[in-house]
Amino acid sequence: MKGRLSGIQKQVLSLHRSLLRAARAKPPETREQIERFVNAEFRKNAAIDKKNYQQIEYLIRRGQKQLEMVRTSDGFSVVEVK
Amino acid sequence: MASSARTAAALLKRTINSSSLQVSSVGLRGIATSPAVEQAAPSSPSSTVNATSSVKTKSQPNLKKFSIYRWNPDENKKPQVQTYTINTNECGPMVLDALIKIKNEVDTGLSFRRSCREGICGSCAMNMDGKNGLACLTKINSDSAKETLITPLPHMFVVKDLVVDMTNFYSQYKSIEPWLKRKTPNKNPGKENYQSEQDRKKLDGMYECILCACCSTSCPSYWWNPEKYLGPAALLHAHRWIADSRDEYTKERLESIDDEFKLYRCHTIMNCANACPKGLNPGLQISKIKKLQATR
Repeated sequence: MKGRLSGIQKQVLSLHRSLLRAARAKPPETREQIERFVNAEFRKNAAIDKKNYQQIEYLIRRGQKQLEMVRTSDGFSVVEVK
Repeated sequence: MASSARTAAALLKRTINSSSLQVSSVGLRGIATSPAVEQAAPSSPSSTVNATSSVKTKSQPNLKKFSIYRWNPDENKKPQVQTYTINTNECGPMVLDALIKIKNEVDTGLSFRRSCREGICGSCAMNMDGKNGLACLTKINSDSAKETLITPLPHMFVVKDLVVDMTNFYSQYKSIEPWLKRKTPNKNPGKENYQSEQDRKKLDGMYECILCACCSTSCPSYWWNPEKYLGPAALLHAHRWIADSRDEYTKERLESIDDEFKLYRCHTIMNCANACPKGLNPGLQISKIKKLQATR
């Protein structure tokens, strides 16, 4: 990641940051679960070809919806998929 | 996060998958055959000829091609158009019947929204042969030589296949505060707010809107400014509450949409009126708002 980041890269990083920030407002246990889930999702999709902007933009929109859910709900918990 | 994301996914799946429409196509076939049976009853030679000929045409399959936009976010593939050939004699008359037949018999992976199959819910809005409409109210083009092209609503983000992301559209609807707002208490406590028949008539042509998004997604002005311009559907609903005699926030409502982008991006292109599957005229209602703004 040398040099300047592209617009879409900035969007991805800022989404990741916002998700971790939103998790901070939750109780420690939930926070840890959210962080683990978020990091796993980003790690899983990190392999997507950087030219495949359609897929990346779709995932950003999905992530933003999930961010909104984390922000607005109180009794929140993550069910981990095995 | 996963839990709520998955319940949302499950909800979506349920609306897409649950099949309740088999009955209607069977019913239609029943109607189609019954006249022939009645004709055969008086037992004249001509009527028997009629009956056999109708059976003959029935047994001949009427093959028709449907080209459908496909995109799956889980597969690392570009969007493509897939063509399905089905026998339209074996399904109902509407495009939705064909889509359900394809989903049931050919490709279970095809995704689209549908619910009421009679133009009440507005779930199955899509673009068919270049025109926005409800799949349940649009007849299959009987010319079997022509392919029917089915795509998602134009200029909307696609979730999968024909399912589009309606988040922005719904949040615009929410932004016009589509509920009754009062300043004074109700004159008849414990009852409804009464309204004269003439006042009720003012809401005709607006309350029928089912928020299918056919109008907004057919509007070039909405294509270019989907974030800022409210679009015909939301503005029609704005006027529905402005025109309501029981609502006491008329002035505030007018002020809140008196904006270069929110309201005045409407350039009376009138694609909305052409697209509306309920025969409403959002463009006319927007012009009424503009008139009220001018005299406010």
